[in-house]
Amino acid sequence: MGKLLLATVAVILAPIVGGLIAGLDRKITARLQSRYGPPILQPFYDVFKLLGKSPMTMNPWQILSVWVYLISSALTVFLFFMGSDLLLIFFVMTIGAVFFVMGALSTHSPYAQIGAQRELVTMLTYEPLIILVFVAIAMVTGSFKVSDAFGLSKPLLYQLPLMFIVLGYALTIKLRKSPFDISACHHAHQEIVRGVLTEYSGPQLAMIEIAHWYDVIFVLGLCALFWTTSFWGCVILLAVTYFAELLIDNVTARMNYKWMLKTVWGWGLALSVLNLLWLYAG
Amino acid sequence: MLKDWINKGRLKSPWIVHFDCGSCNGCDIEVLACLTPIYDVERFGIINIGDPKHADVLLVTGTVNHRNKHVLKNIYDQMPSPKAVIAMGACGLSGGVFREAYNVVGGVDKVIPVDVYVRGCPPKPEAIIDGVVLALEKVKALLEAAG
Ligand code: SF4
Repeated sequence: MGKLLLATVAVILAPIVGGLIAGLDRKITARLQSRYGPPILQPFYDVFKLLGKSPMTMNPWQILSVWVYLISSALTVFLFFMGSDLLLIFFVMTIGAVFFVMGALSTHSPYAQIGAQRELVTMLTYEPLIILVFVAIAMVTGSFKVSDAFGLSKPLLYQLPLMFIVLGYALTIKLRKSPFDISACHHAHQEIVRGVLTEYSGPQLAMIEIAHWYDVIFVLGLCALFWTTSFWGCVILLAVTYFAELLIDNVTARMNYKWMLKTVWGWGLALSVLNLLWLYAG
Repeated sequence: MLKDWINKGRLKSPWIVHFDCGSCNGCDIEVLACLTPIYDVERFGIINIGDPKHADVLLVTGTVNHRNKHVLKNIYDQMPSPKAVIAMGACGLSGGVFREAYNVVGGVDKVIPVDVYVRGCPPKPEAIIDGVVLALEKVKALLEAAG
């Protein structure tokens, strides 16, 4: 019962916290570029404005896709706070991501098509890594349950330091940060307009934004698994990780997908294998 | 309550799509100057977005001619309402030094309704930011009239 309550509260609070994080993100990014930056509440203004715009959808598929994306993102957060199975959460997350791409593919715009293809490649890049991270967590805790990871007496980070870096790669891609923002950069202007987001507009775009906030919370939750023993340790770990993401976002330029596949798979797999071998031997 | 929030959002986050109807590039550089740390328009929530479907404000620079007026109209039609149009620079206002040319239509407002005119050749970045603020005031007046 307590878990159910916690999960429901998390689903309600996640968009608010996610939006605040997005606001902080933009503010800190602006400061790093020696600008003043928008107010912290800016993402909320954007989303409310988008909700009030007249709908312009190409076909009913888009609306369905956006709803499935939003619901599955909310469901990942719900399942996570229920202490559920990591693999189940992973499949729910993937369904959302696939529908997001399908909505873009269902239109005839070449920009959306290219964006959708690129999004598929990015999914191909980060999903094996996330699975490997889950396997490593399972090797330490003995089960795929989130609740078991929270019951540990020693932080996971001690045993899985390299896995945390691998998760960092996946995180950067999932959050659409440079150098991996090849499908839809948050400030892309002309290159492929906005890739996978091109054909989404108005209320649909607002819902995608909210779904993205859920994703951010979920991804940060995954990072939190690595330091579950103390509250402040966890908060500091998350803050440092997110700031590192921001820093990397600001000091790197966008790369192409081949480079991304090579680097992320190369380094990600190498680090994972090293860490898993170490676990196995130790 | 939700409506209040939406209206507030409309005033606080104007996303701009910038269309260049064959400008001499003077106006465009001034638009881009607004994004630099000196002027930093993002602190008002203004973002220069590439996609008309996400945009709230259409910023037009340069001379409209018989070839690109269709494109201009097309971009305008692709923007979901509520939307505003800002015409910029002498060329956008009337055709500027090119207004006598055989192919020039003369002014953005011959093709689409314009809400705000920003004078200059090219206008200063301050004037452009003023123009956006003025466009928002128009939107605000419309919202108040609509209740
Ligand atoms: S108004 Fe002046 S600066 Fe702007 S496009 Fe025309 S000639 Fe160039």
